[in-house]
Amino acid sequence: MNINATLFLQTIAMMIFVWFCMKFIWPPLLKAMDERREKIADGLAASDRAEKALAEAEGRAEEEIKEARNKAGDILDQANQRRNQIVDEAKDEATAERQRQVSAAEADISQAANQAREELRASVATLAVAGASKILEKEIDENAHRELLDKLIAQI
Amino acid sequence: MASANEPLTTTGYISHHLQNLVCGFGENGLECGGAEIAEKYGFWAFHMDTVIWALLLGSVFGFFFWRVAKAANSGVPTRFQALIEMIVEFVDESVRDGFHGTSRLIAPLALTLFVWIFFMNFMDLIPVDWLPELAVASGIKYQKVVPTTDVNATLGMSIGVFALIIIYSLRFKGVGGFLSELVMNPLNPKQLGMPVIFWPFVMAFNFLLEVVALLAKPVSLGLRLFGNLYAGELIFILIAIVFTAGSGLFAAGLSSVFGDAVPWWFWFSGLLAVGAVLLANYRGKLAMKPTLVMLAGLMLAIGGAAFLGGQLMHFGWAAFHILVILLQAFIFMMLSIVYLSMASEHH
Repeated sequence: MNINATLFLQTIAMMIFVWFCMKFIWPPLLKAMDERREKIADGLAASDRAEKALAEAEGRAEEEIKEARNKAGDILDQANQRRNQIVDEAKDEATAERQRQVSAAEADISQAANQAREELRASVATLAVAGASKILEKEIDENAHRELLDKLIAQI
Repeated sequence: MASANEPLTTTGYISHHLQNLVCGFGENGLECGGAEIAEKYGFWAFHMDTVIWALLLGSVFGFFFWRVAKAANSGVPTRFQALIEMIVEFVDESVRDGFHGTSRLIAPLALTLFVWIFFMNFMDLIPVDWLPELAVASGIKYQKVVPTTDVNATLGMSIGVFALIIIYSLRFKGVGGFLSELVMNPLNPKQLGMPVIFWPFVMAFNFLLEVVALLAKPVSLGLRLFGNLYAGELIFILIAIVFTAGSGLFAAGLSSVFGDAVPWWFWFSGLLAVGAVLLANYRGKLAMKPTLVMLAGLMLAIGGAAFLGGQLMHFGWAAFHILVILLQAFIFMMLSIVYLSMASEHH
């Protein structure tokens, strides 16, 4: 075991390796690691933010849904009212129409009856004249007249 | 194992394992060898194996970290990048904890020391005979593959740290500040209210204490690492001797069958058998208990009780040594940081 020049060769080798490490190994590695650390920190912060935003959005969405539900209820109520109104109106109209048609029909009927009556009246006069003329032609026979009159009546 | 033409003895085995490949530049150009070269060149000899392995392992560190650093971005990291970044993060945290100034040098220094020393220590876990035997087979007489078991390597690094301690002291405290720290501590004559006549004596006494304390830093830093790894290596070698000595139930019989040299196919078939058992276990065709029994039986069959014991001890020591090599690398790094932090702070 002797001390010799190996000592200095080893020291020189050490200096060279330390220089190499200092120049080519340490800075890029540390830089990459620091950058990654920053990136991860950013990512974590972003995910925190996103989580918060998500919760907020969920709250907002719930509110909106509630509002929409209320609005829908209102609209439904209005529609119901409107329907009732329309139905009522239609009913009223229908009643009025029926009334109108019924009265028109009644008027027609009474007019027709009147007309028939007028016509009857007119024919009664001619029939009476015709009957009288026939009676006058033959002798007046109670039975014969009876028969004739019955015929006359049946003609009415 | 001693070089091929020498007989194999315990002493020869150990001393071969502890001998660096010493080289020196002389009138014949580069000369390499063992102790005789060290004697011839004295201080100007150098340990070729230590230097080569240290450079190689440092380059491995540099290459892999550089490759990751080049491709590093803030996107999703690959697995290897994540591993590297884990180490960097760990060192960065250690530096933040230990060093209370701002310096662009400290963190890369700490990373380099930590990983480099860990790699050099890691060579200790490669079976002790592999690389030296390979070297002997390819004509290189000696090979000590763990640079940190060479006191020159560890002291070389601690000298580097020591130089930085001095530089930092001068930079942050100034020449006056540094000198006054050396001579006005721990006994401050001004605060003690001594007459000026006594000051030089007190200051000389302080200087003596402080210089010893200052020099103890690099020396202890280097020797701690060296001592731990040297001891670890030695224990691996000693465990290997338990086996190579050939004592045991079976191994003595082995040499009576094969003579002095056990043929290669015997080792090879033993290797295949162990491999087959492990593969069967991995594929789930063999339960855990019979696997262990078969492995122990194979060891016994291959080399007797000594071989089995040697394998178990190797495994146990290696498992413990993983802790040691990591811890020593960490201690070297941490103490360097603390020393430099002390150098850059006012007291």
